[in-house]
Amino acid sequence: MPYDPRMVQPMRDEMVRMGAKELVTVADVDAALGDPKGTMLVFVNSVCGCAAGGARPALSLALNHANRPQQVVTVFAGQDTDATGRARQYFADYAPSSPSMALLRDGEVVHFVHRHMIEGHTPQDVARDLTAAFDRYCATTAV
Amino acid sequence: MSGHVFHPGHSDLHGITVVLETTGGALYVGRYHEETPNGVLLHDVAEHRAGAGGTSREEFFAKTMKFGVRAQHRNLVVPGGEVKRITRLVDWPAG
Repeated sequence: MPYDPRMVQPMRDEMVRMGAKELVTVADVDAALGDPKGTMLVFVNSVCGCAAGGARPALSLALNHANRPQQVVTVFAGQDTDATGRARQYFADYAPSSPSMALLRDGEVVHFVHRHMIEGHTPQDVARDLTAAFDRYCATTAV
Repeated sequence: MSGHVFHPGHSDLHGITVVLETTGGALYVGRYHEETPNGVLLHDVAEHRAGAGGTSREEFFAKTMKFGVRAQHRNLVVPGGEVKRITRLVDWPAG
């Protein structure tokens, strides 16, 4: 059962503040991921403080890096369930978990951060992993 | 809202993806929820049994690390007497 939308709004706002585009419908997801060009990070948001409480700050830190994805989009697991399910179809080889992050280049997953890679790590640790992937796969462009 | 925990009061492992080894040789990877009188409750659990004609333990972990935990059980209670050891997945030697 989804949480009260008022409770999760700050978690949505946190993503928007860092420049992520919210995808709340299947149509939103298809519009963003259906025509893959360039680099895109898909952040699967979650209410779980155990991991998501570190994942969002990690991404925020990583997006200050010189190299970063051309686009950052987000779906909210357990809240926008249809949109999340649709997004996961675009990286179906990877088991669903939330929070998680998929870095895509021209529609192909080039790096994936699973929930278990976030748990117990500091935002700085996770950001370091992300920026290494950004250096490898992303051109220097603004979100 | 970062760092906010919606479910305080649980053990340190609550919400953490762990490897649970059993005395019988089965191995489970899932999100630790809590220890109950009936055993340890895990969520979204993948299972590996040696000698079952499937992948080796090494292959199972390599695949899990790359592609994530492919859950076979939404919820699973492992009786306390069968629990040999619980290790965070990130601390697992193959991790």
